[in-house]
Amino acid sequence: MTKLDSKIPAGNISEKWTNHKFNMKLVNPANKRKFDIIVVGTGLAGASAAASLGELGYNVKSFTFHDSARRAHSIAAQGGINASKNYQNDGDSTFRLFYDTVKGGDFRAREANVHRLAEVSTNIIDQCVAQGVPFARDYGGLLDNRSFGGAQVSRTFYARGQTGQQLLLGAVSALNRQVDKGSVKLYLRREMLDIVVIDGAAKGIVVRNLLTGEIEKYSAHAVVLATGGYSNVFFLSTNAMNCNATAIWRAHKRGAYFANPCFTQIHPTCLPLHGDAQSKLTLMSESLRNDGRVWVSKKKGDMRNPTDIPEDERDYYLERKYPSFGNLAPRDISSRAAKEVCDEGRGVKGGDAVYLDFSDAINRLGQKVIEERYGNLFEIYETITGENPYKSPMMIYPAPHYTMGGLWVDYNLMSNVPGLFVLGEANFSDHGANRLGASALMQGLADGYFVIPYTMGNYLAGDKPALVKTDHPEFDKVANEVKDLTDKLLSIKGKRTVDDIHKELGRIMWHKVGMARNEKGLKEAIEEIRRLKTEFWKNVTIPGSGDDVNQTLERAGRLIDYFELGELMAVDALERNESCGGHFRTEYQFEDGEAKRDDANYSYVSAWEFAGENKWNLHKEDLNFEYVKPAIRSYK
Amino acid sequence: MEAKKLNLTLNIWRQKSAGSVGSFAEYKVQVSPDASFLEMLDEINNTLEAKGEEAIHFESDCREGICGTCGLVINGQPHGPLPKIATCQLHMRNFKDGETIWVEPFRAKAFPVIKDLMVDRSGFDKILQAGGYVSVNTGGTPDGNMIPIPKDIASLAMDAAACIGCGACVAACKNASAMLFVSAKVSQYALLPQGQPERYIRVEKMVKVMDELGFGSCTNTYACEAECPKGISVTNIARMNRDFMMAKIKNKEVEV
Ligand SMILES: Cc1cc2nc3c(=O)[nH]c(=O)nc-3n(C[C@H](O)[C@H](O)[C@H](O)COP(=O)(O)OP(=O)(O)OC[C@H]3O[C@@H](n4cnc5c(N)ncnc54)[C@H](O)[C@@H]3O)c2cc1C
Ligand code: SF4
Ligand code: FES
Repeated sequence: MTKLDSKIPAGNISEKWTNHKFNMKLVNPANKRKFDIIVVGTGLAGASAAASLGELGYNVKSFTFHDSARRAHSIAAQGGINASKNYQNDGDSTFRLFYDTVKGGDFRAREANVHRLAEVSTNIIDQCVAQGVPFARDYGGLLDNRSFGGAQVSRTFYARGQTGQQLLLGAVSALNRQVDKGSVKLYLRREMLDIVVIDGAAKGIVVRNLLTGEIEKYSAHAVVLATGGYSNVFFLSTNAMNCNATAIWRAHKRGAYFANPCFTQIHPTCLPLHGDAQSKLTLMSESLRNDGRVWVSKKKGDMRNPTDIPEDERDYYLERKYPSFGNLAPRDISSRAAKEVCDEGRGVKGGDAVYLDFSDAINRLGQKVIEERYGNLFEIYETITGENPYKSPMMIYPAPHYTMGGLWVDYNLMSNVPGLFVLGEANFSDHGANRLGASALMQGLADGYFVIPYTMGNYLAGDKPALVKTDHPEFDKVANEVKDLTDKLLSIKGKRTVDDIHKELGRIMWHKVGMARNEKGLKEAIEEIRRLKTEFWKNVTIPGSGDDVNQTLERAGRLIDYFELGELMAVDALERNESCGGHFRTEYQFEDGEAKRDDANYSYVSAWEFAGENKWNLHKEDLNFEYVKPAIRSYK
Repeated sequence: MEAKKLNLTLNIWRQKSAGSVGSFAEYKVQVSPDASFLEMLDEINNTLEAKGEEAIHFESDCREGICGTCGLVINGQPHGPLPKIATCQLHMRNFKDGETIWVEPFRAKAFPVIKDLMVDRSGFDKILQAGGYVSVNTGGTPDGNMIPIPKDIASLAMDAAACIGCGACVAACKNASAMLFVSAKVSQYALLPQGQPERYIRVEKMVKVMDELGFGSCTNTYACEAECPKGISVTNIARMNRDFMMAKIKNKEVEV
């Protein structure tokens, strides 16, 4: 059994990273080109890593299933990116960003990693500006900031409502420059389906060429996974359609530990479902809750139109339950409250939606002010729903949005499998049980631009890993297993479609492993997931062949991993007998409904080792809080 | 909450592979007006798959109009009948009950069809790789506030940078010109101080690759701007042409 060593450097928190950078081994510039590095994923984390490693002189192979590096899911991030620049002179600092992130994560993140993240945050902004990222500016020509939840300072940098797009295009431009120079080779439309581990270390990957169906093998001295999060296990989420867990899951099955799988974030302000055909959910900015009032009818199954429901028959439940925070209660609390009233049958016309009403604000401030504040959001709403939110209230509902859990990594962002590094949303490292807004973009770029270039050198110079060629028998063995799996999927020829089964899995996950969980539901979920998985292997239909573009086959391959990951999420949630951040166990709450964290017994990272079908061993990494004292979150 | 369904006839382009001959196939559907156009295609695919037939291949990812992956020609118009949206943002309530809809892939010599409605737009990346960047390495960059940038200039640069790389401009153009796409990137950097050092070399390198890849020339019909989901302005093309002329002079001066 591998021992979990987080490799946190000694010393004061503010000196750990500086000292570690000095102590790490270096690769001589002339030797760098002798090292091959595989980077899977071209989102913020992957593109920034591949570009930076290429600039240093390594031989980088960069993979994505998209047709272009620029399409990665990071492109869709809207709100912004945090950095403790303190340009607003409002008291921000490295320590404050560190503090806010540890507290926001409900004391389930590793202090040393979070502090490093806060330290390098300022460099990210400088880097992006130098690349020509058109951040918003004020009239003096300096960078503008906005505020975001979980912080009392204004530290969020943004580029209109397209921050993720602009940061990604910046990182991809750096990547493209290295492609032009020949230090990075891009492999597009390739889906990584397995990693190759030889003598305990990661030596390469096996991918499917999505155009030809060919199974291809690639070797390297080290492998970096920057493949994003797994919210699509719920079928419906705010993530892009093709986001999936296959890369990290297959790595998990080859030995990499999966940390805190049950820590998922449900965003309160998304557009509700319109019907069974719904393919994904759209996020609406949280800022709407500044002026909108959330309510439902007091009656069950009230079929009246909202404007026909009189004031005294409405329940402004957030204002009622949380008088001081009201409509601005934090993400997890607002999300849970919405689900509760809908489960009682009091959602919009008995369905899964609540009203977000601007009529009071419009009466108070005038339509013009509301238009200035939220005009573009109202337009988006109208494009999608066909309804005018100035006239009748918006309808919203919570949706899965981000996954804090991911592959376990040490301080160097290396998994327990030597040579396998994990960056961005794919790892578990910095957000604990809950991520603050505008911190995912920061983490992805911190990992890629400013952490991996150092820690990769240390691994290559320190461990001196050998390069194994792809004609090694282990590569053939893994490639054959991948081919067999494809053939097996295509041979089932049953009746139910991939999406139909995925939707059913999504419903199980949403109702029993979603934003409120309990022992009974979790145990049922495990049984139901297993049953569904068995049904899939007997009764799924995947038309088309394996030697050609086959999108149905691609989706099926991703779904088989979701069954197993979904089960592990339930197993993890069941093991964690406490409520913290995005993990809410209904058995563990205070009388007023607040989450009851149990620091005495659960102040650890759960790192799960795959031990065969439906079996996992738990390893615990204890968390020590030396600099931020754990306290109860309260929003009354 | 579901509204009355629409009955539609769809004629969708089916093509097995790049080399094979394609044709339209007819599908009758009933769809909720609240569904998006792509969700309607998902539903058709679900029905086809249940019958053991191959799905209609089309691409999409974000379904929010930002990744640029989707892109269909609907009733002859790239991204369909509404202005300033991508295909994924089009909803069925914009169609009438009983309507017949034609669905095709983007068509351009530089965008060969891969399968059904999927095309290969990798030419765009080749152009960007030729010079669509500022040559700075990671680290060692000056403070973000070192060089003030006037708000209106930053805003113009952002207007240009908003391009999602979807290729509708090429599909809309009778010459299959990529000028709108290329000029958007060239303009973003030409407007910002960070882009100045390589301004004239960049435009020459990018235009050279654009020409080599078989994109057509621009004859100022502005069909591109009309179909662009992000409203990228043709003034970017004028700016790029200016810079291209300047580049000829400047880069010669350097050579001499
Ligand atoms: C709607 C929305 C809005 C958001 N807004 C914000 C915000 O304002 N601020 C913020 O900080 N965060 C925001 N987030 C979160 C943030 O966008 C993501 O967490 C972050 O972008 C993830 O980046 P990444 O590089 O880790 O992964 P991704 O961007 O998801 O990239 C993953 C990459 O891996 C590739 N890949 C995956 N699997 C494979 C495989 N098997 N084979 C080959 N390639 C593979 C993909 O092709 C892709 O290139 C938002 C998220 C959503 C959904
Ligand atoms: S210029 Fe417009 S139409 Fe052309 S690729 Fe960019 S966003 Fe698409
Ligand atoms: S799917 Fe991303 S723009 Fe349409």
